[in-house]
Amino acid sequence: MDTVESTIKPGIPAGAFAIENDRQAIISCQQGNKQAFGFLVKKYMQRAYYTALGLVGSHENAVDLSQDAFIRAFRAIKKFDAEKNFFTWYYRILRNLCFNFLRDRARHARSFSEVGEITINSMPDESQNTAVMVERNELQQKVWDALAKLKKHDREIIILKDIQDFSYKEIAEILDCPIGTVMSRLYNARKALKAKLERFYA
Amino acid sequence: MSHGNTDQDRFKILLMGAVDNELNADERKEFERLLADNPAFKKEYQEYVKLKEATKNMKFKNPPAELWDSYWLNVYNRIERGLGWILLSIGCIILLTFAGYHFFRVIVFEANLPLIIKISIFSVIAGLAVLLVSIVRERIFIYKSDPYKEIKR
Repeated sequence: MDTVESTIKPGIPAGAFAIENDRQAIISCQQGNKQAFGFLVKKYMQRAYYTALGLVGSHENAVDLSQDAFIRAFRAIKKFDAEKNFFTWYYRILRNLCFNFLRDRARHARSFSEVGEITINSMPDESQNTAVMVERNELQQKVWDALAKLKKHDREIIILKDIQDFSYKEIAEILDCPIGTVMSRLYNARKALKAKLERFYA
Repeated sequence: MSHGNTDQDRFKILLMGAVDNELNADERKEFERLLADNPAFKKEYQEYVKLKEATKNMKFKNPPAELWDSYWLNVYNRIERGLGWILLSIGCIILLTFAGYHFFRVIVFEANLPLIIKISIFSVIAGLAVLLVSIVRERIFIYKSDPYKEIKR
């Protein structure tokens, strides 16, 4: 049987640097190699952080929750099928943690926008003058505020599509639903967002 | 169902695909035909394109670069500490159970110990247990209801 150990060069410990893909890393983790998990963490940490940031709205919590999700993924990795997509599985752990966090926060009457830091960052565009950029920043601020007021599932699907730039197929896999459901959920979420930005469309 | 409603339903499905550029050639043609037949659809489509542009250009502020340098190390340390806590907890539970059992036996079966002393020892233990549970419960309640817990002190 082709094990990870057999693919690792002699003399090199089965650490993260010797791993070449997710499958190898997962199998190595399942064989008890904690360092191999570093390959997966380093590969997905930015995506995980930004996803959590979009869902919970603050830097500190995004770091904490995304790391927590990695720890839970590590503890459960023996049950995970190495042939499947790691991030999709990890994402489900992360979203559960984020939604639980939001539920607890809501219980204490604190809204997303109250705690959420304004974390948007417009990309500099030299072809535009300052006034245009200021206007665009204001618009982005309004969009962020409106996004923050959406229901968590609506916000989630917009973040997955427009900010994380996942395809419909990937979102369907992540949310474990058909592509048609992704499209209709996206339609409802964007409709709600559009309603909150009425003046923008006037 | 009327023809108008059918078009409307079909339009909603194709609209998102068009905005996100995920339609195949046939769907694209069908969508363009719907747009050509109904000016209201065209207006709605343009609104969603505008919305998509606004959300797509929104990028989160980058965190400090050091975050990425220490990210894996933090996860690794937390994994290791978690394992340490589990082992420590298991060891403590076994030792405390063992000690408690022997302590209980000594007190109950020690014939030379006056009854009043036995009652006093049980009273102290029970009192400590009640106080401990009460303090832990209060701490948990304060932690859960503290509106400033996310603010660094």
